[in-house]
Amino acid sequence: MDRSEVDTSIRALIESFNKKGMDISDATRFTDDLEFDSLTVMDFVAAIEDEFDIIISMNLQAEIETYGQLVDAVVKLLG
Amino acid sequence: MTDLFSKFDDIIEMRRALLASGVEDPFSLVMERVLSPTVAVCNGRETILVGTYNYMGMTFDPDVIAAGKEALDLYGSGTTGSRVLNGTYSGHREVEQALREFYAMDHAMVFSTGYQANLGIISTIAGKGDYIVLDIDSHASIWDGCKLGDAEVVPFKHNDIEAMEKRLKRIPEDAGKLVILEGVYSMMGDIAPLKEMIAIAKANGAMVLVDEAHSMGFIGPNGRGVAEDQGVLDQVDFVIGTFSKSVGTVGGFCVSNHPKFEVMRLVCRPYVFTASLPPSVVATAATSIRKLMHGHNKRQHLWENSRTLHAGIKALGFKLGTQTPQSAIIAVIMPDLERGAAMWEALLHEGLYVNLARPPATPANMTLLRCSLCAEHTADQVERIIGIFERAGKAAGII
Repeated sequence: MDRSEVDTSIRALIESFNKKGMDISDATRFTDDLEFDSLTVMDFVAAIEDEFDIIISMNLQAEIETYGQLVDAVVKLLG
Repeated sequence: MTDLFSKFDDIIEMRRALLASGVEDPFSLVMERVLSPTVAVCNGRETILVGTYNYMGMTFDPDVIAAGKEALDLYGSGTTGSRVLNGTYSGHREVEQALREFYAMDHAMVFSTGYQANLGIISTIAGKGDYIVLDIDSHASIWDGCKLGDAEVVPFKHNDIEAMEKRLKRIPEDAGKLVILEGVYSMMGDIAPLKEMIAIAKANGAMVLVDEAHSMGFIGPNGRGVAEDQGVLDQVDFVIGTFSKSVGTVGGFCVSNHPKFEVMRLVCRPYVFTASLPPSVVATAATSIRKLMHGHNKRQHLWENSRTLHAGIKALGFKLGTQTPQSAIIAVIMPDLERGAAMWEALLHEGLYVNLARPPATPANMTLLRCSLCAEHTADQVERIIGIFERAGKAAGII
């Protein structure tokens, strides 16, 4: 799966969590821009994990601040 | 200069705003005199305590107190040393023996607090390259143990068996895996489906650690906890517990049947690099643990109290954390922190102490009034508690 396919899938998944209906770019920050709290993060991460059958550990989550970083991390995990 | 304290400004402001509303400070309560396991003088008022973890009421047991006094006289006030240097007295060995008998397990290791037991065991056994799969509502000491140990940390939704299984199956087969569960989750007072979860953990090659802090002495035929109650204690690799709840003093422990368990005493830093418990504390703990083995009648009475209080508060129209009473903790869900604090204060003015629990300690950012019952609460006290909840709930406009 290439980056644009991963991007398309995650964009579809994020819709139900994007309560403010913000435009999402690679620079969009989950905490500061989308105002995700810890519960939202857990549900959103679980949705991505289930979609791609991967694990995004807390250790990796700590390094991900923006949408673009998330897409890159998923691409990398899918190898 | 950047003030390193600026990161706490939001918390300072939340506390200021709460106190500005005129409410009595919920986090500065002082117990001036303690009259029994269930009654104390708090902020000048005689108060029924229904927010302690003194589940089995052991703090004023005459045998427990006598054992502590004798140890103070014989061994002095403290050990001033680590367990692995000069800090192991005969009392430390005796309390570990009492734990082995209580749980019918081969090994027991005592820490200076329950927090350190989780911190030490988890960080030592799950290191870099290993995976920890744990419930998202786990206690802070579990999270801190995960962080200290450098393992890959994979949380799953609270008590969600399927979510746990999916994550376990995605972990590389040859990686070390530790599943961490709690018997009773202390915020809502609900129990875990340990039987199903442990079976899945084992089927996927994981070791299992269960924190039974809030069930010891009370749940299970011998008071060994939720794993015993569900018939799966023999499948648990590590049980973590504490002396600061049913046992009635302070300290923490891990019991295990792992054949190499004793090596923990050499490699577990939160065990090695801290002073051991005072002799009086281990003497009270050992006496209390041995008495808890024969606590069947007390366990029965505590269950009665839990059922009566749960039914009574539910009938008043409060929203509770569990549909049925599952432990000695009954969590009453408040609409928000302001009304929760107002209700807490109204209860205190009526002579009732409960725990006010608020984010971030609570799941889903809830504000909770947590009642935790004691085997020494009389049926009459439980009726009075329900009556106070009714008056305070109406005064605070919650029911």
